Amino acid sequence: MSAETLTPPSANTCVLAAHPNWRESRVNRQMFSTAGALTGVDAVDLYARYPDYAIDIPAEQARVTRAQLLVLLHPVQWYSMPALLKLWLDEVLTYGWAYGPGGTALAGKDLWLVCTTGGPESSYHPQSYNRYFFDAFLPPYEQTAALCGMRFLPPLVLHGAHSADEAEVNAHVATFRNRLQTWPLWPEMDELDSCPACAVPTSDRPASQDAHNIEEGPR
Amino acid sequence: MEHAPAWLTNSLIYLGAAVFAVPLSKALGLGSIIGYLAAGIAIGPWGLGLVTEVEDILHFAEFGVVLMLFLVGLELQPQRLWQMRRPIFGWGSAQVLACAALLFAVGWGAGVPWRIALVAALGLALSSTAVALQVMGERNLMNTSSGKSGFSILLFQDVAAIPILALMPLLGLALESNQATPPAETFQSAMKIVAIVLAIVFGGRLVLRPLLRWIAKSDTPEIFTAAALLLVVATAALMQWAGLSMALGAFLAGVLLADSEYRRELETDIEPFKGLLLGLFFIAVGMSIDFGVILQSPGLMALIVLGFLLLKGLMIYGLAWLMDMPTQERPVFVLLLAQGGEFAFVVFQAAAGASVFSSEVASLLVGAVAISMLLGPLVLVLIDKLLMPHYARHNKPTLAEIDEPQDAPVIIAGFGRYGQIIGRMLSAQGMAATVLDHDAEMVEAARTFGYQVFYGDATRLDLLRTAGAGSAKVLVVAVDDVTQSLALVDLAREHFPHLQIVARARDVTHWNELRDRGVAHIERELFESSLRSARNVLELMGQAPHEARQHAMRFRRHNLELFEQMYPHHKDRAKLIAVVKQGRSQLEAQMAQERADRAAVSAAHGQRSPGWDADT
Repeated sequence: MSAETLTPPSANTCVLAAHPNWRESRVNRQMFSTAGALTGVDAVDLYARYPDYAIDIPAEQARVTRAQLLVLLHPVQWYSMPALLKLWLDEVLTYGWAYGPGGTALAGKDLWLVCTTGGPESSYHPQSYNRYFFDAFLPPYEQTAALCGMRFLPPLVLHGAHSADEAEVNAHVATFRNRLQTWPLWPEMDELDSCPACAVPTSDRPASQDAHNIEEGPR
Repeated sequence: MEHAPAWLTNSLIYLGAAVFAVPLSKALGLGSIIGYLAAGIAIGPWGLGLVTEVEDILHFAEFGVVLMLFLVGLELQPQRLWQMRRPIFGWGSAQVLACAALLFAVGWGAGVPWRIALVAALGLALSSTAVALQVMGERNLMNTSSGKSGFSILLFQDVAAIPILALMPLLGLALESNQATPPAETFQSAMKIVAIVLAIVFGGRLVLRPLLRWIAKSDTPEIFTAAALLLVVATAALMQWAGLSMALGAFLAGVLLADSEYRRELETDIEPFKGLLLGLFFIAVGMSIDFGVILQSPGLMALIVLGFLLLKGLMIYGLAWLMDMPTQERPVFVLLLAQGGEFAFVVFQAAAGASVFSSEVASLLVGAVAISMLLGPLVLVLIDKLLMPHYARHNKPTLAEIDEPQDAPVIIAGFGRYGQIIGRMLSAQGMAATVLDHDAEMVEAARTFGYQVFYGDATRLDLLRTAGAGSAKVLVVAVDDVTQSLALVDLAREHFPHLQIVARARDVTHWNELRDRGVAHIERELFESSLRSARNVLELMGQAPHEARQHAMRFRRHNLELFEQMYPHHKDRAKLIAVVKQGRSQLEAQMAQERADRAAVSAAHGQRSPGWDADT
């Protein structure tokens, strides 16, 4: 959608935005352009960058290496992330680079989930149609961070994005901007646990990844 | 039968002789030209004596050469001709001048009067366009460096024949008195020539196409054929009237129509006439060999024939060396240009007419040329049988044809832009492929970049077999010529039915023809890249890249389906158009419906947009 954003040399924040259809977006679009306008933020629109799903793995790994804070910005689709962002995780976070023996490229960095849902907060309840609290859908994100040695920051979620009014959306975008600008000096930081260590035994290494993915990541 | 009209008896004789002699000669491995020549000798005054009016037939049959040049012109777009201007005028003039100078020097040195030596040298320096183009066509040499150079030189000879012919009266007059043509007359005829060439060039561009369109609209196939013939006859007549070469005019007309939409139709209409008339021309050449003169002085005749072939051959070999032509291609190139040609007949007759020399000398020279035209194809057979295997075995030239059996699982035929992408991608995967291309320049260029490319014509069964077609799994048909592509597919289907074919289609017609042959993996060469460009346009018009991709993918799927629907009707034009129209309106209706649905949803929800899955 927008032209390629130049990465500021001092960028320590990387925003990975994934929205398959910006035309229909009210909240995420504003969030993305807000992030892109900040100095020190490398905001990338994945669906514009890789419309053919052919991700440039070394370039993406270099992008993440430069940042200290990795932000995942997307609408929640089927209780998870859009397909291209999942593919990004599958292909970029390689064995021996992001996790496993020698896989320390992301260790010590922060991962922050910023997402929107279509259903209102009340729908994420055992008595409503989404049947689970929203937290129940977060473990895959949390554990992805943990396996890579990253700290999982408290997610910023806007429920009922379709029905949110102008003021609500503006407030949400402002919070997002403020948070990006003040990171890592967030008040709740002290209460966060440091990342649990997750060593993957060699016997569990993915056989197929071993062959081709390992050499793609810098050691 | 007793009182059958002359045309009927003549047709009977010519057709009978050709139909008998040509297949026989082919079966003996001697090629069609020798068959025609032999048929001519057999029915001519020195054979069975069935035909006596050799001159008339020769004149009539020369029109075959004119038609051939027209067809050659049709294959050559004006830009390409313009690109060839250097070889045409550079190598062409070098060949004619060098050969003529050497022949003149030797002749004069041997004590021949200078006028005779000069005319003989000029006439003998020319070569036979008819034989050379026929042979190069049969051997698929037109795209090789020798083919291109040979063609350029032959084209120049067509031009050079004009001043040579114009020289004859001057030499003749010089014999009697030293009167020259008044300059005013020379100027006038020069103006006439310029006017006619301009008329053909502009007429061809501006008038001919609308005219052909109008004639084609009458929907009477034989009238279109008649128009095609009329076109060539009229151009030839115009050129003849201006004192230029008919063949050159026809060639020019062909070039001007090379990028018109009627090119293929003109080609198919003229082709049979050209074939028959050219055959008749060769028969006439055979008949015109005056065995009386040969028998009178066999030694002198042998001396002339061998002498001029040798001298010309040396010169032309030197040219080939200067051109840096692949060693492998030199023998055929030298031979084709060394033999005398049909222009020599005209030159010698004109010289005799202008009494530069006696008719005995003329028939001696004409006989020499005719014999050289008979010898040429014969020597060609010898070259194929003796010299070529020698080349392959001994001094491995830079561009030897593929000769060691290959066993890669993939064969790529054609290493142009299309084949290169495929080859490079396979080699990046560490996959072995045998690459064949018959364009020597392309092969050399590819080799400079380190690609292992074999030189050879993939439409030849033996080469295809050497390339490993017997054991390979996949044959990639990436040649750019449609005829070649189909010939290769036919060959592979017939002899190597196990080969999976992956083919490049130039256009819809080619796609259908490949499908007719059961090829399953066909890609239209411009389809995917056009889709990419369409996506770029949509993006520049404000669509997100991913959205543009989705539209392109949907269009693509629809278009591929349409192709499958069209295929069964591709021989029925009316039905085909109906299917295409229906398909297009279906797509448009579908897209419009989706746009309307989206608008309705947005309207119904007011502010609320339908969310991430609205597009599906």
